Amino acid sequence: MTEKVESTKKVKIPRHEMPCQDPQERAHNFEEVALGYTQEMAVEEAKRCLQCKKPLCVTGCPVEVLIPDFVKQIAQGDFQEAGRVLKIKNSLPAVCGRVCPQEAQCESKCILGIKGESVAIGRLERFAADFGMKSEEVKFEKPVQSGKRVAIIGAGPAGLACAGDLAKAGHAVTVLEALHVAGGVLMYGIPQFRLPKEIVQTEIANLKKMGVEILTNQVVGKVTSVDELMENGYDAVFIGTGAGLPYFMDIPGENLNGVYSANEFLTRTNLMKGYKFPDYATPVKVGKNVAVLGAGNVAMDSARTALRLGAENVYIIYRRSRDEMPARKEELEHAEEEGIQFRLLTNPVSIQGDERGWIKSLTCLRYELGEPDASGRRAPVAIQGSEFEIPMDTVVVAIGQGPNPLVTTSTPGLELNRRGNIVADAETLMTSKPGVFAGGDIVTGAATVILAMGAGKKAAAGIDQYLKSQS
Amino acid sequence: MYRVVKKRLLATGIALLDVEAPAVAAKVEPGQFVIVRVDELGERIPLTVMDFDREKGTITIVVQDVGYSSAIITRMNEGDEFQDFVGPLGVASEIENHGTVVCIGGGLGIAPIYPIARALKAAGNHVISVLGSRSADLLILEDEMRAVSSEVVIATNDGSAGVKGFVTDGLAQVLAQGHEVKVIWAIGPMVMMKAVVEYTRPLGIKTIVSMNPIMVDGTGMCGACRISVGNETKFACVDGPEFDGHLVDFDLAMKRLAFYKDEENRAKARLECDHEGGHH
Repeated sequence: MTEKVESTKKVKIPRHEMPCQDPQERAHNFEEVALGYTQEMAVEEAKRCLQCKKPLCVTGCPVEVLIPDFVKQIAQGDFQEAGRVLKIKNSLPAVCGRVCPQEAQCESKCILGIKGESVAIGRLERFAADFGMKSEEVKFEKPVQSGKRVAIIGAGPAGLACAGDLAKAGHAVTVLEALHVAGGVLMYGIPQFRLPKEIVQTEIANLKKMGVEILTNQVVGKVTSVDELMENGYDAVFIGTGAGLPYFMDIPGENLNGVYSANEFLTRTNLMKGYKFPDYATPVKVGKNVAVLGAGNVAMDSARTALRLGAENVYIIYRRSRDEMPARKEELEHAEEEGIQFRLLTNPVSIQGDERGWIKSLTCLRYELGEPDASGRRAPVAIQGSEFEIPMDTVVVAIGQGPNPLVTTSTPGLELNRRGNIVADAETLMTSKPGVFAGGDIVTGAATVILAMGAGKKAAAGIDQYLKSQS
Repeated sequence: MYRVVKKRLLATGIALLDVEAPAVAAKVEPGQFVIVRVDELGERIPLTVMDFDREKGTITIVVQDVGYSSAIITRMNEGDEFQDFVGPLGVASEIENHGTVVCIGGGLGIAPIYPIARALKAAGNHVISVLGSRSADLLILEDEMRAVSSEVVIATNDGSAGVKGFVTDGLAQVLAQGHEVKVIWAIGPMVMMKAVVEYTRPLGIKTIVSMNPIMVDGTGMCGACRISVGNETKFACVDGPEFDGHLVDFDLAMKRLAFYKDEENRAKARLECDHEGGHH
């Protein structure tokens, strides 16, 4: 009875908005868009939580963060403890608080959300994680060492989450990263204004303090192989190489100068810091008019990056309608506020160039929604004769990525599916090769940071179990 | 860090560097490349491997001062270190005994043709090397190439050494001698490779070229290095760098090389300015 009264009261307290940089201003800088809650805001927001006995929010989290527990600590003003509780299940909370699609996960299960607005779990996670990062470091007590060694291929979200849990379980972990810095998509893909790179590196430094060894510049499949790692004293291997193969549209003109894959465009800008050219030596180039093909998070990141690099008109070009756009809600809203122009029910058919090989224009076809297809969604149908040409200087193709074949093709006996993704056991994430595990985008196809982290943790449990069965 | 253990100037603006990278040296094969980054601010630069010493754990690269990063690399000295040195990347050359083969190296392209010629010779081929440069003083690695070739023909644009003309003139001389050439490897500037390919196309001699487009990661992740081969888009970093030259769209490849020409000039000008000002 009292619980019900309380819930009715709490549902009336509005959810605290996230303070953000002004859209006009932020569209021209690479500083973080969301500024984070103040301590007062965080406490007030945390007090909205009902502290449910059977917290559904936790069931919506791929890594099962102890949500009511850390929120309670914030409500009581013990931010340090909140940060510690977060870290029990999540090795990269400052990252997840920024990039998780909470509205589709934890927050979608929040009881307050049924009649009003759910607790802003993601914003609280970010607050507690940032507080923990700024304050004195939490001491890590080294667990009893198992004497087992695990090699992890790829220092992205899956690999890092896996490394953290394995280190906690007392195994010696070495992470092999192909690029010159660890972090994977957190470093090369997600832009600075959404996820500051300093935060990613602090989280990685924390993993190193736990004893995780990270070796950069190691292209597995070339400098070593899965089989060699197993022969050279590793007791298990985890493959978390992600979705590192860009798809193109396969339309005429895609190899003109000015056409980028989203991977290249974002890598030049984020990883290589092209937005600071010429202080940093890697250039990245946008013209006055930029078209981004696709409507997922990577497309939004590309569009907003183009704007910050000085483009005047940035278009999102997408074949379906607004409801089908796969991007996180917040990213769509932010993009819209900043002035990104959406050209929906529109599909590119060709890119026209000049004699020097540079883009001149983009030709598109308009679509309309037809009869519902097998999935029940109204399928987009091309309108005959609706072709139109827009002057264009830059095109960024952001229609998805496939599995990068460098590791899979150099590992005999590794079972793949038709798309080239690794087949792994649903529970343990072990592959067709004993002792070799895989998780994240290389198994599922391109998905989210948090799903990859969830897979990394699941694999860590599978590996731990496997190693114990071996000794 | 990856230390420069030996430096040798091969010609004005062309430096040979032995770099400590034992893991790369243990695995690299002829035809493969590395990606280097000079320092924290540097770009990722692909460089074809000229030589390797598995015992000493070193990789030899040859760099010509033509752009911003290559200018910095050619000015590096023994004891200096690369921030990053990744490899081996790309697919190795297919080495087998064909009988008689021709290895054409133009300008800086002589460096990457060297380990291929050596491997082909070791596999039992009669290796005829055709080396080209603008003039005799810019001709690099002549002695090294003689040591791994059965015959060497030299062509210089000004006639200061060997045949006066281009590598295609050197190749014409080889073919006129009646050799039954089975395969040709041609590595050098795009214009040179295109000229060789056009020359051998009507003759029907298989011609392999090594493409050097703009790259970023070198692992197939970004697609910057895409080229058109037989009307199909390929990534030079993972599908190449070697391709059947008769299928490569060189016009497209040359246009794509100019993508960042303005930025390159800007960066180079700034570097020279700093250099003269003594800040470097």
